[in-house]
Amino acid sequence: MASAPKPRVKVPKTASAGEVIVIKTLISHEMESGQRKDKDGNPIPRKIINKFSCVFNGQPVFSCDLDPAVSANPYFEFSARVPESGTFTFTWVDDDGSVYTDEQSIKVE
Amino acid sequence: MTLSRRRVLMLAAGAAAIPALQLFPGSSFAAAEDVAKMMADFSGGKEPQTGKITLTAPEIAENGNTVPISVDVDSAMDGADMVDAVMILADGNPRPEVATFHFTAMSGSAAATTRMRLARTQNVIALARMADGSVYMDKKEVKVTIGGCGG
Repeated sequence: MASAPKPRVKVPKTASAGEVIVIKTLISHEMESGQRKDKDGNPIPRKIINKFSCVFNGQPVFSCDLDPAVSANPYFEFSARVPESGTFTFTWVDDDGSVYTDEQSIKVE
Repeated sequence: MTLSRRRVLMLAAGAAAIPALQLFPGSSFAAAEDVAKMMADFSGGKEPQTGKITLTAPEIAENGNTVPISVDVDSAMDGADMVDAVMILADGNPRPEVATFHFTAMSGSAAATTRMRLARTQNVIALARMADGSVYMDKKEVKVTIGGCGG
């Protein structure tokens, strides 16, 4: 919980041209909803990942606007059409402005 | 039933009877008007139709802190037949909004899976807005036995 958010993505290593693949992503993050109180009764401020996006060779593939009702360690599974070899870039944005990214290449054969 | 449960829960809130559930504020839960307003804003006032979108959610959630849900919209995701966005709402949480998925021509299919928090038994609502402006809806009731636990 005290350590930096760590992204983990699962993308197939290869695909045929035009194939639709499944991508799974996870990032460790408490997603503090802003609804909890600490032991003295003070509200714990909201601090969540509020945006996730996936881009392939510069083209947007999928994105999500997250609200506090998304569970801790936000998980997404979605699909992507793969026209050619290239790189998927994943981005997570925190309420506090921090940006976390990960990348995965795929080869079309 | 909703009101008396709400009163009991409000009394319990001070005693932190349900301590760790992230969504439990001890004040009010999502009002029906909030849900209706969010749906209208998303759909541009259009009445949602049934069909095309399927929301998958468990009948019973063992842990209200992490409930897996999936949406799938029957669309070629090609040319004019495209899904613009899918919005997920929970009508019994402190705030109804959960997440909004944005799809593109590169998505391949308008389908996504995530995990959400549910404060109590309630309906999860999924709305799909198509590129032509039409809106489709699916809804599932999820029973929450233990509204979250642990840290």
